Amino acid sequence: MTETRDIEALVGRSYQHGFVTDILSDTVPPGLDEDVVRLISRKKNEPEFLLAWRLRAFRHWQTLREPRWAHVRYTPIDYQSISYYSAPKPRENAPKSLDEVDPKLLETYAKLGVPLHERARLAGVAVDAVFDSVSVATTFKGRLADAGVVFCSFSDAVRDHPALIEQYLGTVVPHTDNFFAALNSAVFSDGSFVYVPKGVRCPMELSTYFRINAANTGQFERTLLIADAGAHVSYLEGCTAPMRDENQLHAAVVELVALDDATIKYSTVQNWYPGDANGVGGIYNFVTKRGDCRGRNAKISWTQVETGSAITWKYPSCVLRGEGSVGEFYSVATANHYQQADTGTKMIHIGANTRSTIVSKGISAGHGQNTYRGLVKILPSATGARNFTQCDSLLMGGNCGAHTFPYVEVKNPSAIVEHEASTSKISDEQLYYCLQRGISQEDAVNMIVSGFCKSVFRELPMEFAVEAQNLLAVTLEGAVG
Amino acid sequence: MPHLLEIEDLHASVGSKKVLTGLNLKVNAGEVHAIMGPNGSGKSTLAHVLAGRPGYQITRGSVTYDGRNLLDLAPEERAREGLFLGFQYPVEIPGVNNVYLLKAAMNAARKHRGLPEVDAFEFLVLVKEKMKTMQMDESFLSRGVNEGFSGGEKKRNEILQMLVLEPRLALLDETDSGLDIDALKVVSNGVNQLRSPERAIVLVTHYQRLLDHIVPDQVHVLAGGKIVRSGDRDLALELERRGYDWVLREAAA
Repeated sequence: MTETRDIEALVGRSYQHGFVTDILSDTVPPGLDEDVVRLISRKKNEPEFLLAWRLRAFRHWQTLREPRWAHVRYTPIDYQSISYYSAPKPRENAPKSLDEVDPKLLETYAKLGVPLHERARLAGVAVDAVFDSVSVATTFKGRLADAGVVFCSFSDAVRDHPALIEQYLGTVVPHTDNFFAALNSAVFSDGSFVYVPKGVRCPMELSTYFRINAANTGQFERTLLIADAGAHVSYLEGCTAPMRDENQLHAAVVELVALDDATIKYSTVQNWYPGDANGVGGIYNFVTKRGDCRGRNAKISWTQVETGSAITWKYPSCVLRGEGSVGEFYSVATANHYQQADTGTKMIHIGANTRSTIVSKGISAGHGQNTYRGLVKILPSATGARNFTQCDSLLMGGNCGAHTFPYVEVKNPSAIVEHEASTSKISDEQLYYCLQRGISQEDAVNMIVSGFCKSVFRELPMEFAVEAQNLLAVTLEGAVG
Repeated sequence: MPHLLEIEDLHASVGSKKVLTGLNLKVNAGEVHAIMGPNGSGKSTLAHVLAGRPGYQITRGSVTYDGRNLLDLAPEERAREGLFLGFQYPVEIPGVNNVYLLKAAMNAARKHRGLPEVDAFEFLVLVKEKMKTMQMDESFLSRGVNEGFSGGEKKRNEILQMLVLEPRLALLDETDSGLDIDALKVVSNGVNQLRSPERAIVLVTHYQRLLDHIVPDQVHVLAGGKIVRSGDRDLALELERRGYDWVLREAAA
């Protein structure tokens, strides 16, 4: 009845993290060639093996073409107009502790709600904050070190744990994997590194906040997380960026390795700047995330809440190599205004009795286009493999779209693969019912959307579930109204 | 004393279709009114027009509720002012917890009256007490709003919500339909609990049998979008015996 009119009155609240921090940056001029790759490596004092790896990736990247299969549209990216390295300029001496970090940076994190100082202690969260390309401060190193957990910036890990880097880097997402992964491998500037030793249960949630600040820069961080046999770790990343009219590229790579009986829980709350209500500006979020259940009974669980970015292209995946290993993917993706999301997962069953669960909730509003793209692959060796997939789409208004591309390849007859899908709208009946109980339209929409996303939100660590819910409310504010 | 609800010459339509055609009704606090009538006579429409459902155009007439122009208020404001509609077909809202919705409803009304939010623990005690009245299972507390409920459970849930929210004017739209005799007793018992000198209840029903359990002060026959006859509960008994035809004939004469 009035739904169409109401929904077309859709105007999102302005992006709340759209401030720019005025800070001196050490930024490499735009453009990309081997010299830039060498320069990045030199700036970071990297060992020879890493430079060699970067150069192999760069040379391979030059042979690749940008993928075109995703259900997204954008003007071609000029890779020569991007700056591939930007770091806040160090004052006379590099900060040796949190107290020495540029207060403007800390202010930025305070605005973002990053629990950096004491708040972090109270919340029990260890934060590695990546600002543009460089990891600024890592909290709680001490307590983690006592447990034997290594949690540091990627650069520090290269310096302090080169053997681990050399052993694991590129073993889950090889430098040849895809166009954006190859680019990342060539030019990645920093990121986070985690190693949880045998039998250790990480004593706290680990967390990284990524922020793109400088204009015309790409952000290419790389995360490597290794859970040794019997280890257990939960990791959360959050992302924001300032509002800018031009699009900015974010091409990250995340590699997870879980050995025998290890568990990795990786949660993302992605709120990159989505562009304005007319689709101007915003982050191109082209990310490769993959976990390898390398050991028996290993478990990797991805949970993502994707509310930001102009374009999201990401498929956090699990390679279920170890016998009895488990992969999970829980996702809420929203596309409001002119946002485009093409996201999903791949579950590659190699080992016997491997299991995977996929729960995807896509919300489309405004002119948003939301695509679920998933692959469930059962190889001949995966006897007794099981998969359950549930894909639900929620539409708000008549100008948005929801698309589902579930691919299933089964090469072992003992496998059981289930797929459920639904598409629904927030109905007038539901809204009216809530209004008649005295609940405001906005609260009613939030309530209904949260209900729709419940099976994903409950997978998030408690404090982030609340944050995700609030974020979703802001993202969709006014979507019906 | 002014009437709690006063409807004068109300005309309403959906698109080009006229659904109310000059309806008059006065309801005082403390009273129970039953609105009966053949299918399609406008009974449910009346309930929804009063609750403010979008999609109806009010073309003429007025509705005064507690001294205010009801038609000026948004649906959620009407609810917060104490107008409650028990739905004939309560909608399912998957994933939204029953108690959560109910608490949000109560707090919206409290906020409206300048009261602090209800204490979560006290609220749960209250809900559990009302659940006993409605003979509802504890599992209700953890389920989604009407999610997977049987028809009877949905109706009980409506009355439970009413008991918790304590409205001043309750409109119950065919709350008795689809209930077996035991459930009807439970629901009627719930409604009777709400009867008090400050509140009024308007029952929209097809069947006299509900009025055996909830005895009305007045009975109205709605036909062709207006009230064509009013009386006491004997009118309902007579309708059961003789049907609606004679009322309609007399009204037309």
